Amino acid sequence: MTINQSGWRPESGADLPVGVSLPATATGNRGLMLEEPLIFEIGSTDRSGVDLADAPPVVSRLGGLERNAAIGLPGLSEQETVRHYTRLSRQNYAIDLGLFPLGSCTMKHNPRLNEKVARLPGFADIHPLQPVATVQGALAVIHELGEWLKALTGMAAVAMSPKAGAHGELCGLLSIRAALEARGDARQVVLVPESAHGTNPATAAFCGYAVENIPATAEGRVDVAALTARLGPDVAAVMITNPNTCGLFERDLRTIADAVHAAGAFVYCDGANFNAIVGRVRPGDLGVDAMHINLHKTFSTPHGGGGPGSGPVVLSEALAPFAPLPFVEKGEDGGFLLVEEENAGEHHGRSFGRMVAFHGQMGMFTRALAYILSHGADGLRQVAGDAVLNANYVLRSLDDLLDAPFGASGPCMHEALFSDADHGRGGLAEGFTTLDIAKGLIDEGYHPMTVYFPLVVHGAMLIEPTETESKAALDQFIVALRSVAERAKAGDPLLKGAPWHAPRRRLDETLAARRPVLTWEKPAAR
Amino acid sequence: MRYLPLTDADRKAMLDRIGVAAIDDLFIDVPAESRLDGPIEGLPDHAGEMAVERHMAALARRNMAAGDVPFFLGAGAYRHHVPASVDHLIQRGEFLTAYTPYQPEIAQGTLQVLFEFQTQVARLLGCEVANASMYDGSTACWEAIGMARRITKRHKALLSSGLHPHYVSVARTMAAFTGDELAHRAPTLDGEGDCEELIAALDGDTSCVVVQYPDILGRIDDLSALAERAHAVGALLVAVVTEPVALGAIRAPGEMGADIVVGEGQSLGVGLQFGGPYLGLFATRQKYLRQMPGRLCGETVDAEGKRGFVLTLSTREQHIRREKATSNICTNSGLCALAFSIHLTLLGEKGLRDLAMLNHGRAVQAAGRLAALPGVRLLNDRFFNEFTLILEKDARQVVRDLADRGVLAGVSLGRLYPDEASIAQGLVVAVTETVTDEDIDALVSGLKEVLA
Repeated sequence: MTINQSGWRPESGADLPVGVSLPATATGNRGLMLEEPLIFEIGSTDRSGVDLADAPPVVSRLGGLERNAAIGLPGLSEQETVRHYTRLSRQNYAIDLGLFPLGSCTMKHNPRLNEKVARLPGFADIHPLQPVATVQGALAVIHELGEWLKALTGMAAVAMSPKAGAHGELCGLLSIRAALEARGDARQVVLVPESAHGTNPATAAFCGYAVENIPATAEGRVDVAALTARLGPDVAAVMITNPNTCGLFERDLRTIADAVHAAGAFVYCDGANFNAIVGRVRPGDLGVDAMHINLHKTFSTPHGGGGPGSGPVVLSEALAPFAPLPFVEKGEDGGFLLVEEENAGEHHGRSFGRMVAFHGQMGMFTRALAYILSHGADGLRQVAGDAVLNANYVLRSLDDLLDAPFGASGPCMHEALFSDADHGRGGLAEGFTTLDIAKGLIDEGYHPMTVYFPLVVHGAMLIEPTETESKAALDQFIVALRSVAERAKAGDPLLKGAPWHAPRRRLDETLAARRPVLTWEKPAAR
Repeated sequence: MRYLPLTDADRKAMLDRIGVAAIDDLFIDVPAESRLDGPIEGLPDHAGEMAVERHMAALARRNMAAGDVPFFLGAGAYRHHVPASVDHLIQRGEFLTAYTPYQPEIAQGTLQVLFEFQTQVARLLGCEVANASMYDGSTACWEAIGMARRITKRHKALLSSGLHPHYVSVARTMAAFTGDELAHRAPTLDGEGDCEELIAALDGDTSCVVVQYPDILGRIDDLSALAERAHAVGALLVAVVTEPVALGAIRAPGEMGADIVVGEGQSLGVGLQFGGPYLGLFATRQKYLRQMPGRLCGETVDAEGKRGFVLTLSTREQHIRREKATSNICTNSGLCALAFSIHLTLLGEKGLRDLAMLNHGRAVQAAGRLAALPGVRLLNDRFFNEFTLILEKDARQVVRDLADRGVLAGVSLGRLYPDEASIAQGLVVAVTETVTDEDIDALVSGLKEVLA
């Protein structure tokens, strides 16, 4: 196979003679790879990139609380500010630069129409406590998006206010606990499959539950027999991710849900992987009682280097009365009503309360709604189809070289899972690990896949290409990953040092944790 | 469809390699009875960019945008001018479309920003360390109460009557499930804060006292005595700042002895956005570092000895500790933290101080004119850019009447405390640098008319 069968590649120049290394530069820069100091090293407290009107001469009402001591906040001119952050931005990998195959994270293209509509002053420049009559359009957006989410999931109600996926999990479990308490049923245990995201057990523990793990079968799905055997009067809920973190559909979810309901408990579904099934199956038809939807995954709102997310939670009939405040209702006159503490009594007296100060992530709602309207019901179905097609294409283009632990049991969903095991394909060379493959991919110009998760697979590599990658982009990625995997199998010592071409080589995380330096101080002060 | 690059020929070639005939065959693990065989009925099909934009613009027009009218709302969300370069920079794809920086070699941009952000926040709030952000002020406030419980191993938190009622509601919701005991009452309109009352309520079971600064009515109090007395009984002082611009003018809570300072960072860089996404600020003492929730960015070196940054101390976090984590938080508010940090860098210390004094000056001017109206009284002795007026009428109706006249006059205490009839005549008014003389004129004359 040629190095790059699908894309253009420059002719490579002559290698440096043996023993000659790249020349150092006086600045530390390497052409367009620019080093950038901290604002504390280049700014000063008396410089500013903002021109302000003079403060009017008034008698101070600060009453002796004036802040007289230095704060230590450096300023930069506008030009310096733009340059500082532009230079920093260039040290980041991003979807806009290339395929971002982080399994479980759904790094799909972020349409710019979403950014444009979110910035319309009618959405971006309204206050959460304005009189309800002056924000009818905003409430209409929340309602319209909520109706889509209910229709796509086949669920009875939706709570829009949770701020991110983990906050949505909290919302779901609090709804479940409120429902159980309403019937005087104090249960203590939440069952979580061992392949679950770490947020699942953390959320259950936060809600006061003891967490018990449920094992997986050899084919990577929840062990239904073990799960049903554990059900009983002490079990409040089962948290299941579907499709699961091994990239497989939990085909027995309906059976599980029926057993869980028969035992008086509820089914929480982690919806992080909803992108694989949107428009193809509705979680409500599988017996799910609550599921969060990461708008920043399935519905294309940007990840922003770690948030903001948005995690609306769809709820079954049984849990709907306990949903958090506030929420939006459509009135008989066609106007929209904001249900808060004061009017909850007549509409929603059993709500478990408020989770967040205002109405949720409005800026994400506008983006997600623009995305949903762009795709429509037909397009969203195609989204899931193409996402699953792309993942299976990656799976079948690499499973001759890398161990696919569940590859034999049939198609995967939206992500392809590999391990660092041998299994007849020839394992990695002595001393080489999944981490080396990940770091090697960086040199090839890719963000690595998710590594070492799920924990149930040794040296896991979880690849989620998403539907927004072309076949050519996948082919080039496959070539790159095959090349790196072959080097790991052959024991190429240069791979151990990768990445060589990134803004930084491997970073010392042990040092960072042993001697935490979390804020900048003048070197002399250290 | 414009976001889907695969052609039918591509799909065919890919299905051939996989060895199945159709995409539907990849969904065989979905039980047949649950599988949808076509697009969900009753929902519209895909639409072009122009049609979507038109639909969204029509909805946006049904809202009264703050920039189009005289605008005086605060109470936890403030309208400040955000320099154009902030929005330009956060829209760079390398920031906007990056993930959480789990691969630090190719995420130094995000990581260095977070390190700078943590330092800026710690200095602004007067603390030793800060995290890389939380969802918003209200959730940060609850996390602080939980952290105080872990540190003191006590379960009773005293909440000041000046704490934002939504923050109180969030804490109540969570406390109902965690077993924390919360002591709180609604504010009164007698002019004073409740530091003395909180001091009197402190005892050996108290995990923390939570005070807002400036508080929900715009009042500012010296927290030093409260901090001292809390420490004397082994409790922590948690201070909540919903308007960080104030800290360019008034002393930081950390300087007055607060152990944990949390805040809503929306004022800088983020904008109103109908309540979200916002930005939770979280800072504390170095010695409590390992009890802190949320992500932390730390300095280190790479294999060549060059300075670099990584996410660190993740043994506190859910993806490592699972059910033993300090919080279940995963995603935070990275892009909002970036906007906050850029805005604060553009301002610099001098700019922040000037901005704060401009806000204060405008607020003092407006308060003077409003308090001179018949039937209007100013509650506050001390305030920064927000104050409470006591009207002769139910303030909620006054706000609605003024909105009908095209003036967004403030936040009524009836909206914030619907069950507290005794304070229904209170109106919380915020005046920032965005308020013009004409805006104040409009509020003064409108209020006069409505109260007449």
